[in-house]
Parts: sequence; C-alpha cells; structure tokens
Amino acid sequence: MSAHGSAAAVTDASTSEVIVFRNAGKVFPDGTEAVRDVSFTLRRGEFLSVVGPSGCGKSTLLRMASGLGPQTSGEVERRVDNVGYVFQDATLLPWRTVQKNVELLAELDGASGAERRRLAAEAIGLVGLSGFENHYPKALSGGMRMRASVARALTTRPPLFLLDEPFGALDEITRGTLNEELMRLFVSERFAAIFITHSISEAVYLSSRLLVMSSRPGHIVQEFHVPFPYPRSPELRFDAEFGRLAGEVSHALREGHA
Amino acid sequence: MQTATEALPREDESAPNGKTPRWRRAAWSVLPPLGFFLLVLGFLYLVSYVLLNPQRQFLLPPPHEVIQNGVLDRANLKEQLHALWDTAKVAIIGLAIAFVIGTSLAILMSQAKWIERTLYPYAVIVQVTPILAVVPLIALWFGYDIQARVVVCVIISIFPIITNTLYGLLTVDSNLHDLFTLHNAGRWRRLRKLQLPHAIPDIFVGLRVSAGLSVIGAIVGEFFFRQGTPGLGRLLDLYRARLQTDLLMSTLLFCCLLGIAMFVLVGAIGNRLTRSWFESGGRG
Repeated sequence: MSAHGSAAAVTDASTSEVIVFRNAGKVFPDGTEAVRDVSFTLRRGEFLSVVGPSGCGKSTLLRMASGLGPQTSGEVERRVDNVGYVFQDATLLPWRTVQKNVELLAELDGASGAERRRLAAEAIGLVGLSGFENHYPKALSGGMRMRASVARALTTRPPLFLLDEPFGALDEITRGTLNEELMRLFVSERFAAIFITHSISEAVYLSSRLLVMSSRPGHIVQEFHVPFPYPRSPELRFDAEFGRLAGEVSHALREGHA
Repeated sequence: MQTATEALPREDESAPNGKTPRWRRAAWSVLPPLGFFLLVLGFLYLVSYVLLNPQRQFLLPPPHEVIQNGVLDRANLKEQLHALWDTAKVAIIGLAIAFVIGTSLAILMSQAKWIERTLYPYAVIVQVTPILAVVPLIALWFGYDIQARVVVCVIISIFPIITNTLYGLLTVDSNLHDLFTLHNAGRWRRLRKLQLPHAIPDIFVGLRVSAGLSVIGAIVGEFFFRQGTPGLGRLLDLYRARLQTDLLMSTLLFCCLLGIAMFVLVGAIGNRLTRSWFESGGRG
C-alpha cells in the first residue's frame, strides 16, 4: 500500500516521532472510564484521524495528547512543546478583531508587536482571510470564523496540530472547502495532526492514517492506512477505491459500536 | 490565495423583514405608552375636579398646577434643581464606590472557589438586611451628612454588581481557558485578557440595575441623615409636612427623571464599550 510516491515523500521527509501513546487510559474522578489502553505513534508529516461514536472519548484523547487532561494509566510521550489546538467552536474573542484574535497566542508567548503582526498577517493569508483583518467575529460567517481559528493556531508554527471536530458545526459545502484548505496547509506545512471527526468521508479524505474507536470506554478497534497520495483532489471522494475504504471504516465503526 | 467568499458580512440590519416602514415602527413604539399617559392624565383630572370636593383638592392637585407651581415657578424650580443635583451627587458617588468595591470583590471571588464560598454569604446578608436596621450604626460611624447617605447608597446598590460581574468572570468558554493554559498564561493575564473583557456586558447588566438602586439609596438615605445641603428626599419630606402636594408631585417627577437618567447613562456607556464587537470593520 505504500507504493504511492508522494505519500511516501511526505512521510519519509522526516520520520521523527512527535507523540507516542503507550497503553494510555483515562478514568475520571467520578469513576467513568473514558479511554482504555490506547497505543499509537505519530510521526511528523502524518495526518491521523480518529473516528468513533459520540461520547467515545475522542476529545479526551486529544486532551491527553495536549497535556490538558493527563492520562491516568499508561504513558503519553509528547516530544514537542508547541501544540496547535483547534476546537469545534471557533472560540474567538468577540472583543477583538480578526487580526487581534490571530495575534493572541503570539501575544501570550511574549512575541514583540512587529513579530506578532508579521505572524498574524502570514497566517491570515494562508487561510484566505486577507481583507477581513479588521472585522469582528460577530460579523463573520461560521466558516470564516473557523478559518480565523485555524489561522490563530498556525501563528505559533506548531509541529503538532490537534483538531477536535473543527468543522462539525459547518454546512456541507463550507466543510468541503475547508477540508481542501486544511489539506493544502498540511501539504505545505508538513505538521503532524490528530484530527477528531464524526465524518468518515472527511477522515478518509484528509488522513494518512485512521483510527476507529469503540464506544465508551473508548479503545482502538481498527487502524487503517489511507494510501492515496497528497495533495488529493476533491474528486477523490468519488473514486471507487475511496468508497471501498470508507465502507470498511464504516463497517469497523458499527462493529465497535455494537 | 483564496478569498473567503462563502458569506460577506451583513450590511443592512435596518429592514430585517422588509415591509414595515421605519415611521410606522417608530409610531408603534411611541403611541401605546403615549396613549396610556393621556389616559392616566385624564384619570388624574377626573379625580381632582370631579371626585374630590374643592376643600380636599389639595390631596390630588390637577396636573397643570403641578407643572405650573413645581416646574414653571422659578424659586420652586431652583429649590428642586439644587436638591436634584445634591441627590444626583450622592447617587453617582455611591454607584462609583459600589462599582469599585463590587467588581473588586467579584474579581477576588473569581480567583478561588474557597474565596467565593467565604465571601458570597456576606454579600447576600448585606443584600437582605433591611437598611433601616443598619441606620443607627451608620449614624454612629459616619454621622448624619453626605458620607452616611453615600454609605446607604453603596449598601443598597452593590449586590447586582457583585453577582453579575462574578457571573461574567466565571462563564468564559472552557476551551478558551484551555488555550490560555496551553500558552502558560497566569492568573493576571487570564483576568486581563480573557475574563474581564468577557465580563463587560454582564458588568453593565449589573450596573444598570444598580444605577436605579443607587437613586433609591440616595433618596432613602436623606430620610435618615439630614445634615448638609438638602436633596430630593428631604424636599419630599418638607413638602409633605407643609401639605404642598403639587410640589411633592413635581419633586417625585424629578426623582423619576434622575433614575431614568442614571439608567440611560449607564446603558449608553455599556453599549458604547461593546458596540464595536458587532462591527464588520473597514475593508483592507
């Protein structure tokens, strides 16, 4: 399955491990076991999607990866300090313009004013929001807010992106467009990503690897390698091989749910 | 690069559902209260001229006499305007102090659950204790002049500021808190860059309620603490003693006016501070 040239190019470019889960699990103080015995290794240049039924601990997995909600058993070894976190909601500050919102993280990290503006301008350009710098979030559409949110995460140049259903609240068309843009960013920036989603087609379209999780307590039911080379065209979604793979994932998902 | 074209910012909010012209909607918001006002006016005249015999008309003087003697008479007007200014001063100072203490307490409580648990019950106690019961102590500690009246004002108006500010500080999206945590933001930065700006609309919700209460506090305070220049409260009491019902009623109007002015002023400041949040700033 690794015969596809450019897929290999992205993965082989740097094989450094970004994050390693070893039998990691999480039990909340109230006794609910959210995640059980999860192991995987993520390398730079890999796009890993996690699909699973709602409430299966996908978000808990991301919080473990970021260190915000540490595991209670096993090990999570993160080899990079800087993570870009994108939430399901855009979580912009309504009292700041797009420009100032995108500058936020650099500001918290203590970057100088000029440096902040440079980083923000670059990130805003990358997500296609140029011209909207002085708009406040309330005046933007859901899709544009999400772009601003992605731009904010991009400013710190994180080697690891954690995306928690970032496009879940958007309509199908906007979602498709943002998928393609995320793909483009991934190809040009070569970060590692863990992408949580409900949508199988989104997961297959974007990722190089895909984990299917069971319902609570969430554990990995099956792992898929997605062989299509990057960059992928939107037409890929109508490819027969794509459909077959999506079908397999869907099957695994149902198995895990039962 | 791509331009974001899936939705341009909304431009015209003035005609959301099209048809109704502006003047009609304006009329619709003005006419009902105006009609009610005329109805009440008619009722007052009815009581004053028809139901009360002339010897007892002083109980409810007809509205035009209230205006004539209370507002158009220079000496009376001057007396009431001086009182209005005095009461306004107490209300504004009281509200300002309540704002500073109230927001400070809320900030303190927002820092740790145990501080909130420790202080909040006392905020409730201050709120529910009848002001009348505290009057003797206030008199002992602050005397009978403006300081005592300001204290009454603060006690009466502080609670909504505390609760609303606290609510605003504590209802920040947990994802945003996570984001700040990931970037090692301490308490102070979190407060300054996240919680306080987020709380601004709530602070002003509290302030608007407190603005009305501060006027009440300033007027009520004068019934107990009667040294210094007289305000509206003392004037009310004076006119009552002299059975000058017309002036009593015009002073009442000034009390309402002060309350409305404070409410509107605070509301305007609040709107001004948050107005830009809804703007789609200039292109380019």
